[in-house]
Amino acid sequence: MIDHLHNIPGEFFWLFGALVVLLALASGIGAVLIRRPGDEKKIASRRNLVERVNAWWVMVAILAVALLTGPTMTLILFALASFFALREFITLTPSRPGDRLPLSLSFFMVLPLQYVLIGMERYGTFAIFIPVFAFLLLPSIAALRSDIEDFLSRSAKQQWGLMVTVYCLSHAPALLMLNIPNQAGRNALLLFYLLLVVQMSDVMQYVFGKLFGKTRIAPVVSPSKTVEGFIGGGLAATAIGGAMFWITPFTPLQSAAISAAIVIMGFLGGLTLSAVKRSLGAKDWGVMIEGHGGMLDRTDSICFAAPVFFHIVRFFYSA
Amino acid sequence: MMRPSSALLVGVVKLLVGAYARWIGTQPANTQRIYFANHTSHIDTLAIWSSLPRALRSHTRPIAARDYWGSGLKKYIATRGFGAVLIDRARENTQVDPLDPLRAALREGDSLIIFPEGTRGASATPAKFRSGLFRLAGEFPGVELIPVYLDNLHRSLPKGALLPVPVVCTVRFGAPVMRIGGEEKEAFLERARAAVISLNTNAVTA
Repeated sequence: MIDHLHNIPGEFFWLFGALVVLLALASGIGAVLIRRPGDEKKIASRRNLVERVNAWWVMVAILAVALLTGPTMTLILFALASFFALREFITLTPSRPGDRLPLSLSFFMVLPLQYVLIGMERYGTFAIFIPVFAFLLLPSIAALRSDIEDFLSRSAKQQWGLMVTVYCLSHAPALLMLNIPNQAGRNALLLFYLLLVVQMSDVMQYVFGKLFGKTRIAPVVSPSKTVEGFIGGGLAATAIGGAMFWITPFTPLQSAAISAAIVIMGFLGGLTLSAVKRSLGAKDWGVMIEGHGGMLDRTDSICFAAPVFFHIVRFFYSA
Repeated sequence: MMRPSSALLVGVVKLLVGAYARWIGTQPANTQRIYFANHTSHIDTLAIWSSLPRALRSHTRPIAARDYWGSGLKKYIATRGFGAVLIDRARENTQVDPLDPLRAALREGDSLIIFPEGTRGASATPAKFRSGLFRLAGEFPGVELIPVYLDNLHRSLPKGALLPVPVVCTVRFGAPVMRIGGEEKEAFLERARAAVISLNTNAVTA
């Protein structure tokens, strides 16, 4: 681990230092706000703000430890995130006794293997493992159980769960295996960049939405998403991403364009997974993270942004 | 101080099924209680026990059937891991009342986790309750009777399954069931069963 610390780019410590200052500021504001008098609704939304900031502290701490202790820890961290997200997805998805074996295999074989393949830097296998092999074999196992009730719908839902929570999410730590000229040892900064832009976009859209939100984009799917929130928050996150070009191989303009792509994909991820969630009859995916709902409520935007960001970097920047 | 084996056990259970406690009609407290729940899976006992605050676990003892938990690794987990009270379901020895070990634990001041259906069912709604709960309720009038509903566990590790499917389970604790003087056994058991069922708010199809 000590050896590894020498290989960490100095920017890392600056970035985490800045995040700690930002969070301390947010916690300070929260502590002042929560003492102020107000009606019940205001107090509830302030409490939600404090809970969100607290959850952020935990997430930043976990991420810092994972990135500092190396790629294996980072992979384990994301594998766990996938596990919890898939657990939430499957909990809300009706299943039948014939699905038990394919489901167990999804959790205990497919999921770990996907992350092991990334750890072994087997791009060719990692990219097709779930869309081809899991897609073909898991429903076959279910079919052998001769239970045809809702068969297509059951298989499709389970494959959707695997694709979103394992395949898509695993593209975030897969950034660590890209070989980018003149950027040796700096891949973790790309992962940091992705997470920062996605989360900033979420936060900024929330803030702009609360301040200026009027026109709802898709009221049935996601009542809190507004045109004003998306444009204001999206532009702010794009600007922040553009300004972070110096930790990436991108020029400032490229960085802004790539951030815009991350923002749009993140937005679509939140929207689409909200539609999935509501079609399964739930408001939140789960209750794991206080103030944030479940793991999937927190990672929905990363799930959609990670594969697109990964392929942009791989196509244009990797050797 | 929690034993390492218990900590590991709780960790595994939380990883597999979450076991998130929802205190709906009561709060966690150090009063002596009998928690009684619906029974659909091998993990039920562990899920309730893991969902309790750590301070309550050492004084809360699940009841486990000796014919299943009474030997080998399972016995080690049951007795060392979560301090289970082993009982004979088969009643090989008709001289001894199978409830005696439960009475002993209650007299020592421990709380109990019991499954009044006696065996694991396959559906989200519990089967008819057996009479043990009624007898204990009468003999120990000072002990609170807390209904508990476990959701989703019949999807995780039902009867006959080898591998678990990780699904999120919530453990709902309801308001204590009151004793009504002179109430018949059947009426009491049906009321207790209804108290468990009423905690099942959002049924997800199996």
